[in-house]
Amino acid sequence: MNIVMKPVIDQFMKFIPHIRELGIGYSGVGRDWAELSLPWQEKLVAYPAPDGEKGVIASGAVFTLMDSVGGFSVQAARKIPAPVATVDLRLDYLRPANPGETVYGYSKVHKLTRSIAFVRGYAHDGEREDPIALMAGCFMLTSGSKS
Amino acid sequence: MSFTDLSRGVSTASEGVLTGLPYAEFLGLQFSVGQDGVTLIMPFTKALIGSPQPPRLHGGSVAGLMEIASIAQLLHSLRDEEKVPAIKPIDVTVDYLRAGQPEDTYARATIVRMGRRVVNVQVTAWQSDADKPIATARMNVMLKR
Repeated sequence: MNIVMKPVIDQFMKFIPHIRELGIGYSGVGRDWAELSLPWQEKLVAYPAPDGEKGVIASGAVFTLMDSVGGFSVQAARKIPAPVATVDLRLDYLRPANPGETVYGYSKVHKLTRSIAFVRGYAHDGEREDPIALMAGCFMLTSGSKS
Repeated sequence: MSFTDLSRGVSTASEGVLTGLPYAEFLGLQFSVGQDGVTLIMPFTKALIGSPQPPRLHGGSVAGLMEIASIAQLLHSLRDEEKVPAIKPIDVTVDYLRAGQPEDTYARATIVRMGRRVVNVQVTAWQSDADKPIATARMNVMLKR
């Protein structure tokens, strides 16, 4: 358990409007990894399912979860809550999330250089062995914006 | 608005709001259909902020906008098909080029190759200056006819 980062992540959650709006929450953090949760919500559904059934969470919402957890894993690996900017992020959508299930996003930093962090991760909805998406990304370590 | 309504919307109307699609509605998306295809607009709201100081858009909200822009353009391109195929994302790669300012964001997709089963789409997102994109995305989409 990365005790330095847990309170940081909890605080971050509360103050980032888009993360709060999506209902993204803390799930776990370690030396070089982080996990966040995205509980199912009606407003995150891509297309309403017929007959009042629960719909599938939009892939865009899963992308936001993975972008967020990617950034947090970099902060965990650096052990400082300094801002990071996403350079690029790729998701392979293996299958739709099960309607009604919480989606978890896991990200691990595989290499940290002076300016770039290389991360890999996945999204699952209960079983890690049966992920819904695979993630690959690069983050830039920065103290300000890129533009 | 269901999937087929969205298809009808981007085929017949020149502009409107993406209603009835919960996540698109959550992002507050609007569309406008012109000569060069479908442009989506994501008006700025505080709910889109991903970095409070200074305020910057969450990269995920821009990615969501670009994914939906791909689907909307694809539906527009397929508007003359008898039956609209089911559309499923295979993968998406987003390059973030500039920080998203607290301003309205636009996105437009280009169909690079329309295959029978797989479609390759290129998307660009920009804000006040269309020549300075804030992000680009490449997306592969599966059609189930």
